[in-house]
Amino acid sequence: MKIKFSNKKISGILSILPANEVMFEDEMHNYSFSEAKSLKLKAAMGFKSKRIVADDSTTGYDLTVAGLDYLFDNDLLDKNSIDAILFVSQSPEYIMPPTSNLIHGKYELDEKVFCMDVNQGCAGFVVGLQQAFMLLNNEGINKVVLCNADVLSPKVSKFDRNSNPLIGDAAAITIVENTSDDTSVVGEIRMDGSGAMALNVPAGGARLPITAETSELYEDSFGNKRSKNHLVMQGDNVFNFVQTKVPEQIKNIVENTNDSSETIYYFLFHQPNRFMLQKLADKIGVGREKLPSNVVENFGNSSGVTIPVVTTHNLGEQLENTEMKVCFSGFGVGLTWGTIIMKIGNLDFCKLIYK
Amino acid sequence: MKNKIIEILNGIRPEFDFGSETNYISQGMLDSFDLITLVTELDESFSISIDGTDILPENFESAEAIEALLKKNGAQ
Repeated sequence: MKIKFSNKKISGILSILPANEVMFEDEMHNYSFSEAKSLKLKAAMGFKSKRIVADDSTTGYDLTVAGLDYLFDNDLLDKNSIDAILFVSQSPEYIMPPTSNLIHGKYELDEKVFCMDVNQGCAGFVVGLQQAFMLLNNEGINKVVLCNADVLSPKVSKFDRNSNPLIGDAAAITIVENTSDDTSVVGEIRMDGSGAMALNVPAGGARLPITAETSELYEDSFGNKRSKNHLVMQGDNVFNFVQTKVPEQIKNIVENTNDSSETIYYFLFHQPNRFMLQKLADKIGVGREKLPSNVVENFGNSSGVTIPVVTTHNLGEQLENTEMKVCFSGFGVGLTWGTIIMKIGNLDFCKLIYK
Repeated sequence: MKNKIIEILNGIRPEFDFGSETNYISQGMLDSFDLITLVTELDESFSISIDGTDILPENFESAEAIEALLKKNGAQ
């Protein structure tokens, strides 16, 4: 699906990270690796520390509400100006009702405020932006609060070296608005459902409810221990998909917009791991300094929240004072891959806070 | 080039003799995490960046296959 909008802007981004920090060394003895091998992998993948919730009772909703409280308390967002709430997550508060409606209820928002949950993972920021832009084309909708939140650490086995070292938790709030300025947003989102199970949590939905049996740990051929309630990632397949599809998509969009690595200041991508991102930068022909890859080492991979996190962590103050053209790209669960090129800057806020 | 490749492989998995064996992946001598470490070390040693789409098991089955991969990606 092609993305093309005008007179739209992002006016603020806030990332919310758990205060609880876990170091790679704290957990590496859980894996069936020698210490030397773990440390080599740590260097290649960029594992150092990650931010995860301190206990399973803290949810993506909690992190989002902490962020909204911060914005309201600091007069960065007027709740009466909100026309719609989008909540993009793979860890909703309940199967029903939608988490966006819970947020609506908590803040006693007007009945006219539209709410929608979107089930998306690694491409969740790009899909959420696209949905926000579409909402803004409706009469009476001028400000959308896009909430990306994922608390997936409780869904990852501590004994799974494929996933546990890299998964982090986070939420982000992005304010998306109409503007009279002559702005342009271009991009594309693609899907390949034939690869849907490359990243999956087998149990917990209607197909396979959680039972005592699904909660039992089993060992895979590489020595990882996980249950059917835990995230399973076919890392090799995901890596090859990303290295093939994402550069192709970016090349096509950039050619159509007459952009280049010179006119695009930063490539703000989903953050699976440093190795994959450096390979992507090389493949696209972009200097590694223009494609930051430092989120996994500092915070962990928080699925659909990593693009706001990489933005606020690396460009926070810069984006509050200047404007630049950037390329957002998210890829993974679904399989879904999406890219948006737009100008962003002079934001009301571009910050990262801890809860 | 081949000697350097084998030296790197032996550093990653010292329990195997990469000089006299082949079918590294099929035999389980290297797993996907070893490949990440291997590619990182090959990139640094030969001052190249192996294309991400070339990181496929068949390109790492033997020292000869790795040598061909390196040459394809510009190693001298």
